[in-house]
Amino acid sequence: MQFYSRRKKLIGNAQTEQLYGHCLQFYGQPPIENISLSEFETFAVDRLKLLKTVENLGVSYVKTSDQYTKKLDAEFSNLNFPYKIEADDRKPQTGPSEYEKRRKDHISHFILRLAYCQTEDLRRWFIQQEIDLFRYRFNDLGSKNIREFLQYNNLHYHTISIDEKRNLMDKLINSSFAVSGSTVDCQDFYKVPFQDALDLVRTRKVYLKGGYVYIPHQDIVTIVLNDFRTRLSKALALTARSLPAVQSDERLQPLLNHLSHAYVGQDYSIQKSIGKISLEQIDPLSAKSYPLCMRQLHRGLRDSHHLRHGGRMQYGLFLKGIGLTLDQALQFWRSEFVKGKVDADKFDKAYAYSIRHMFGKEGKRTDYTPYSCMKVILSNPPSQGDQHGCPFRHSDPELLKQKLQSYKVSPSGISQILELVKGMHYQLACQKYFELMHSIEDSGFSLNHPNQYFMESQKLLGGPGAGVKVEVKREDNPATKPPNPSPHQTPGPGNLPQEVAAEITEDLDSFFQDA
Amino acid sequence: MAAADYHQASLPDLLPLYYRRLFPFSQYHRWLNYGGVTKNYFQNREFSFTLKDDIYVRYQSFSTQNELEKEMQKMNPYKIDIGAVYSHRPNQHNTVKSGSFQALEKELVFDIDMTDYDDVRSCCSGADICPKCWTLMTIAIRILDRALRDDFGFQHCLWVYSGRRGVHCWVCDEAARKLSVAARSAVAEYLSLVKGGEETVRKVVLSDPIHPFVMESLTVVERYFSQYALLGQDILGSKEAVDKVLALLPEDVRKKLLQYFQTEKNPETRWDILKSMAQDKRTTAKKGHYFEMEIMLQYCYPRLDVNVSKGVNHLLKSPFSVHPKTGRISVPIDLRELDCFDPFDVPTISLICEELDQPKTEEEQEDTMENENKKEAGERRKMRDYKRTSLAKYVKLFDQFLEGMAHSRKGELLKNSDLQKDF
Ligand code: SF4
Ligand SMILES: [Zn+2]
Repeated sequence: MQFYSRRKKLIGNAQTEQLYGHCLQFYGQPPIENISLSEFETFAVDRLKLLKTVENLGVSYVKTSDQYTKKLDAEFSNLNFPYKIEADDRKPQTGPSEYEKRRKDHISHFILRLAYCQTEDLRRWFIQQEIDLFRYRFNDLGSKNIREFLQYNNLHYHTISIDEKRNLMDKLINSSFAVSGSTVDCQDFYKVPFQDALDLVRTRKVYLKGGYVYIPHQDIVTIVLNDFRTRLSKALALTARSLPAVQSDERLQPLLNHLSHAYVGQDYSIQKSIGKISLEQIDPLSAKSYPLCMRQLHRGLRDSHHLRHGGRMQYGLFLKGIGLTLDQALQFWRSEFVKGKVDADKFDKAYAYSIRHMFGKEGKRTDYTPYSCMKVILSNPPSQGDQHGCPFRHSDPELLKQKLQSYKVSPSGISQILELVKGMHYQLACQKYFELMHSIEDSGFSLNHPNQYFMESQKLLGGPGAGVKVEVKREDNPATKPPNPSPHQTPGPGNLPQEVAAEITEDLDSFFQDA
Repeated sequence: MAAADYHQASLPDLLPLYYRRLFPFSQYHRWLNYGGVTKNYFQNREFSFTLKDDIYVRYQSFSTQNELEKEMQKMNPYKIDIGAVYSHRPNQHNTVKSGSFQALEKELVFDIDMTDYDDVRSCCSGADICPKCWTLMTIAIRILDRALRDDFGFQHCLWVYSGRRGVHCWVCDEAARKLSVAARSAVAEYLSLVKGGEETVRKVVLSDPIHPFVMESLTVVERYFSQYALLGQDILGSKEAVDKVLALLPEDVRKKLLQYFQTEKNPETRWDILKSMAQDKRTTAKKGHYFEMEIMLQYCYPRLDVNVSKGVNHLLKSPFSVHPKTGRISVPIDLRELDCFDPFDVPTISLICEELDQPKTEEEQEDTMENENKKEAGERRKMRDYKRTSLAKYVKLFDQFLEGMAHSRKGELLKNSDLQKDF
């Protein structure tokens, strides 16, 4: 730690310029300095906190909304990450300098790469949060800084000529909100393969011709993000290859593992209540303790004796999550399906496989985990004939209203719920539904999983499904960690003896050699 | 034509004949080999067979055309599905380290199934189709084919009749085969306008600005709408049908229309009134009202199964596979004659097998006598066999498609070698 504070004095503007020329980084080069283990941990935990915040806000708010930005702003300055463009080092200020913040941004990103390169799931989570974080920061830059950023990082994208622009004028105007007749002329349009701007293609917010998209300058963030994503996922794959070296390092290994476990929270796949629920209990439970999405699927199944693939997956995994055994699940589905068009023989041939698959008994033997709200809400929206999805997100408000009425929700309750739905706060709407169904004022938890809904309900009602281990307050949840030790405190990472900790420095870059 | 009558029970007897003498193996192999450009492309391709009694065997793969031929003639599959090109030979997938066996490439595919239109067709439901609702497939092909070509720049889209109640599209361009899962799903979503399941009434919602793609699609729908929807499906005829349409409109418009409709019964005039009300609304309200377009799209726009298109490892019924229920062969569709395509005209396996028994023409007789070389004669006989049946024109179409791809490949090669010369 001595080392740390001594160096601090030497750093001035020159060094900020040289190492971190721009407030937003593309993370092209790994850090080359040595850092102490305690700093290593503090940085990592702080960034993790930041990414968790990014994740949580992303669920509750529209990613470009004011609230989203405000809350993230606050978290940024809280955790001492570089924030807003024109932070001026010369101005007298308390707390870390701009250089220190940028350094923290840089190093912490690379530490988490180490922790999050290990599996496909971890990588996906990490990339997603880093991208959201990057988008938020990029959107904050303003056009002058964007230009500087592109230049600093050598990013050049192909722009179209004035003639081409004139020819495509109408199409360009009708393809994007960002373009109007008066702005086309003075605006740059980038022409890139459609694969590089999938988000714009998916939502039809860009003009597409012959396999190329024509992106107005306003939307350049899409291209840059795509670039960022591609580089990051490549880099993570490379880092994963050098992982054996990290894993054999007995000081880093526990730390990294611990970091990478912190993100998932409860995944509701391992149940303590397994086998505690009998098939006869399902009907009453579905009325009392199911969230709306599952109640709808259950009803649909009982009525039509069939569910399409999306519904079988969503409901099947949920059932596994509330504690049904494989045998129970097979019995449950079979007994319902044979009442419809499927005979027992066909069931065994066509459906039993996928149920065993859900329990990890067939095929790749991946143990599927029950879907979270985010997954239900964001991926695989229901189409013709489907009954899966989240009713708060995927039902017409009118039908949702009718459904709630039929479940005897009070008119004022219904209007509260519909208000939340209108603001796109689906999970909050669901939570309100929970409160109304259980006649409580404040549910006291924040809903992010249908199985969580079920478990909380069972806890309140004292039912058999409550025996689930509650892990909300586990100690490796960074959000519940005590505040970071200040640099002058004695460091105490993990359970290492103090003198070792003071001595250890890590050549971080050795793990990123191929990157 | 009695010969076309197909009975499911006869399938086991017909299949051996079909695979021995009629199935176009050489074209089939030529297709999936893609000019041999990528090593092991054919060898690492997954096939799966559905055998008698619904026995389903996945992860079949073959090193050569000959091996494929032998195996199909041995197993006589009721149905053939094509999967992805994997990192290893699919039939050895159990022997490679878990996790390293991965689907790498596949054609971008689309599956459009008439059952997904049940809420908007009144003539049939479920697996049934008739010439009336078949128009929906025609519209679907027109819209998607245009977009895949003009918007996405793909050139080699093979449209195939599924054999029963729908169509498939195989986009075979190299760039399409290499698309990631994310890219496939983005393409599929770009192409999806009808959204929502049983719980959504208004399934198409348009807002400003109207994207050129939507405009192009509407242009296609417009060509068929009056004939198909207003006259054929009579969507503004019965009270029940009218109610369904009106449910998609804003309250005030709905009320006014109900009044008009009391005296006006002609569906086309009714539609004109509805349309002009939408136009009025657009000139007065500040936010766009596009309900007449929304109705047209909700009733006619192609309904894609996004999940089929998304997955690289998703299996799809192969062209020239037989549909076990109808006996019809899954044949390529000629887009130049799309409006005349009649699914009930597609040959059944019983028909083409019967056609084989008809006496040969003189020319063919001569040929067989002249040619003494047995092996070659065998080859050539098979070549000619399908030519004597109604399958011929579809194989020819497939040949043209393959020619087109070969041509593009050559172009690529030339371009690359030119580039090299430049350096
Ligand atoms: S918010 Fe979550 S639990 Fe509630 S209905 Fe939607 S998906 Fe289900
Ligand atoms: Zn019909």
